Amino acid sequence: MRSTPRRPSGVPSAPGSRRRWGLLALLAAPLLLSGCTVPSFGAYKSVTKTGQSTFHLWQGFSILAVVIGVFTLVLIAWAALRYRARKGDTEVPRQTQYHLPLEITYTVVPILIVFALFAATVVVENQVTDTPAAATTIKVYAFQWGWQFTYPSGDFTVPSRGFSIVGQTTQTPVMVMPANANTRIVLQSLDVVHGFYIRKFNFSRYALPGVTNIFSFNAVTTGTYFGQCTQLCGLYHSLMWFKVRIVPLPEYQTWLRQELATASLSTGSAAGVAAHLQTQAGVPVKPSIGVGTN
Amino acid sequence: MTEIIDRPAIAGDGDAHVGEHEAGHNLHEHHGPTGILKWLTSTDHKVIGLSYTITSVIMLVIGGFLAELIRIQLSSPNATFVSFGEYNQLFTMHGSLMIYLFAGPFAFGGLANIIVPLQIGAPDMAFPRLNALSYWLYLSGSITMLLGFLVAAGPANFGWVGYAPLSNAIYSPGAGADLWIAALLLTGFSAIFTGVNICATVFYLRAPGMTMFRMPIFTWNMLVVGILILLAFPVLTAGLIMLYADRHFGTHIYTVPGGGVPVLWQHIFWFWGHPEVYILALPFFGMATEVIAAFSKKPVFGYKGMVFATITIGALSLGVWAHHMFTTGVVLLPFFSIMSLLIAVPTGIKIFNWIGTMWGGKVHLTTAMLFAIGFVITFLIGGLTGIYLASPPLDFFTHDTYFVVAHFHSVVLALVMGGMAGLYYWGPKITGYLLNETIGKIQFWTFFIGANLMVAPQYALGLDGMPRRVATYLHDPQWQTLNRVATVGALVMGLSTALFVVNIVVSWKRYPAGDNPWDAQTLEWFTTSPPPHHNYYSLPPIRSERPTWDYNHPNDRSLAHGHHDEPAEPSRLVAST
Repeated sequence: MRSTPRRPSGVPSAPGSRRRWGLLALLAAPLLLSGCTVPSFGAYKSVTKTGQSTFHLWQGFSILAVVIGVFTLVLIAWAALRYRARKGDTEVPRQTQYHLPLEITYTVVPILIVFALFAATVVVENQVTDTPAAATTIKVYAFQWGWQFTYPSGDFTVPSRGFSIVGQTTQTPVMVMPANANTRIVLQSLDVVHGFYIRKFNFSRYALPGVTNIFSFNAVTTGTYFGQCTQLCGLYHSLMWFKVRIVPLPEYQTWLRQELATASLSTGSAAGVAAHLQTQAGVPVKPSIGVGTN
Repeated sequence: MTEIIDRPAIAGDGDAHVGEHEAGHNLHEHHGPTGILKWLTSTDHKVIGLSYTITSVIMLVIGGFLAELIRIQLSSPNATFVSFGEYNQLFTMHGSLMIYLFAGPFAFGGLANIIVPLQIGAPDMAFPRLNALSYWLYLSGSITMLLGFLVAAGPANFGWVGYAPLSNAIYSPGAGADLWIAALLLTGFSAIFTGVNICATVFYLRAPGMTMFRMPIFTWNMLVVGILILLAFPVLTAGLIMLYADRHFGTHIYTVPGGGVPVLWQHIFWFWGHPEVYILALPFFGMATEVIAAFSKKPVFGYKGMVFATITIGALSLGVWAHHMFTTGVVLLPFFSIMSLLIAVPTGIKIFNWIGTMWGGKVHLTTAMLFAIGFVITFLIGGLTGIYLASPPLDFFTHDTYFVVAHFHSVVLALVMGGMAGLYYWGPKITGYLLNETIGKIQFWTFFIGANLMVAPQYALGLDGMPRRVATYLHDPQWQTLNRVATVGALVMGLSTALFVVNIVVSWKRYPAGDNPWDAQTLEWFTTSPPPHHNYYSLPPIRSERPTWDYNHPNDRSLAHGHHDEPAEPSRLVAST
């Protein structure tokens, strides 16, 4: 436990304590963890590029958390059991109150760890929140209690005004996305706060009334994945589901052309579509649906 | 008034000094109302504090009962034990009771109210009648909140955070929501007045010799809590008044159609809500600190570092609110991330100081000490998982899932253990009687195991994608096993809480405590148990943060590391536990 109070700035060099090894592991994590030799610590590797960066950050944090956690738990258990008072032992222990070098050590080392964690966080965060040029833009509208995915026609020279996929739990809406291409999501709420969450993307974002949130996905694996509202939004919050289907880019483009060609229903007001759907859905709805479309 | 004497007789012998100062004793005799009238009219901080403690523990029991109903509903993927609407009401009221009506009032209205004046040698709080007003506001607020169960549409159902615009009159009509707002305003004012009282008491009513750096850690923490209350609670009050205006007076502060900004509510709420986390946590840190020092027979390790850690936590807590809002897309992520991560540093210092206090001591594993160690372990787990949530990318995929639920339940269940440590430790000072240790230890182990049994599967469920506040998970029925484990954990905790009530009944006036049953160190253990009206007949010389210990163990002063001036022969503890 003895340690010098000051050491050269930057990466610690003396492998004296396990916490310092943890720090090294974290700094190296973004480089080393691209394989799957490191445990997942309960998280998914994700099916998007940015989700995978998040996953590696998760692994780095977890290694550190486990090392620090076990180290501290052992210290607690040792202190409580090793120094347990024996029956009838009334001798007063040595009244040590201060040990400045030790106290400085467990102040400075955590500060270094925090800045390492912060550095790794910023690197991944910039990837995750980046919105690069995208082949496709999908407008997502969240409402009580369903989703609408609107595909604009702008990218194709098809005489159409775009089309929408709308659904609630009884007819779970499916958002179709291309694989290995950037897809931009423009997220809005038509009423209260909702959470747009796809667990295998390692991502969620609020649909916040009055705010347009824009973010980007680049899926690397095809398949169908489950999504759900995570922010309490009223009575049927538990059932506010959707699905994401990721298909190869050519297949996506074919699908999009077909849908655009057959699209007869104008998107018009998204709230109008939502209200139209809710009258059919067989789910009791409040009459106030559609408040807050601007 | 209180006199300072150098008493020849050894302390721990409770009756000696009462006898010596028989004449003085009579001067201090208090002839007030007794019975129910005493409880209704008293301005004595010990009576008010006890009222607070009892009321808040009743809220804990009701809130815990609601939690059991939630866990029963979740024990099957598509249970119909309660309806969706009732489920929303259940978790809203569970969270509201635990946060607004139990944790805070128990700490700063209950134990702090009783203990802080005793620890600094004050005769009462600075404003005794304001103190009484605090309690009656708190009681009215608690009843107002519970009245929600009696109105036609049921109590509030938009979560304890009441996010706009879900909490407005369109999406949440009904009197339950209004009662919720009224209850928060009442208890909010109660908290503000208590904050004023604690700060004034600490600044103006310390006994001669009790300098700031001789105050026990618990009192230090309560001072920082008092300051945080004064900074944070008025913001919540203002936010609630605006919410009420939106609901009833036609304003559009939080609604888009009239030009309002819904996310403003989140900023206001969390600008109160994150300091509130530390308003809740710091008192329990203080309780655990006192208990660990007393039962290790050592001074608090790194006392001054501990004080600065508390102040640092308080300061940082005012700049981290938006880490609850990382997924809104409208906050500056790096700033709130680094501020939140930095809180790990002073919190880590505290954990290492607790270990340092036990290190090399004589650790007596009493019920209070077990609860304190259980607090440290569970809080460590909650703290480590909190570090993930301070990193925006990691928060993105765990936000509003059971991972977050598990994280803050690790923290708050740790706080409950800290509170139990406080009750077992100071209960004898307050009532004059000890609680049964055997029942106490069973209570500890059932609570500790139950708490972690409930929380551990919730971490896994959150990582597997289970959102919070859902009444059903029928699309993922494989979550049933983990949910059932969590339910068992919750039931075991319920059993443990029942044991606490049993213990109070069994121990009722059975085990007289004496003045200082633990050979504890701080000033409050110098007076009688229970303390007389206005607290002290006499005070020992106050030359450190543990005058009672200095008085009982004149040769065992605190040492810095490297101090080799050993006493000639090791002295003996006065009273062994």
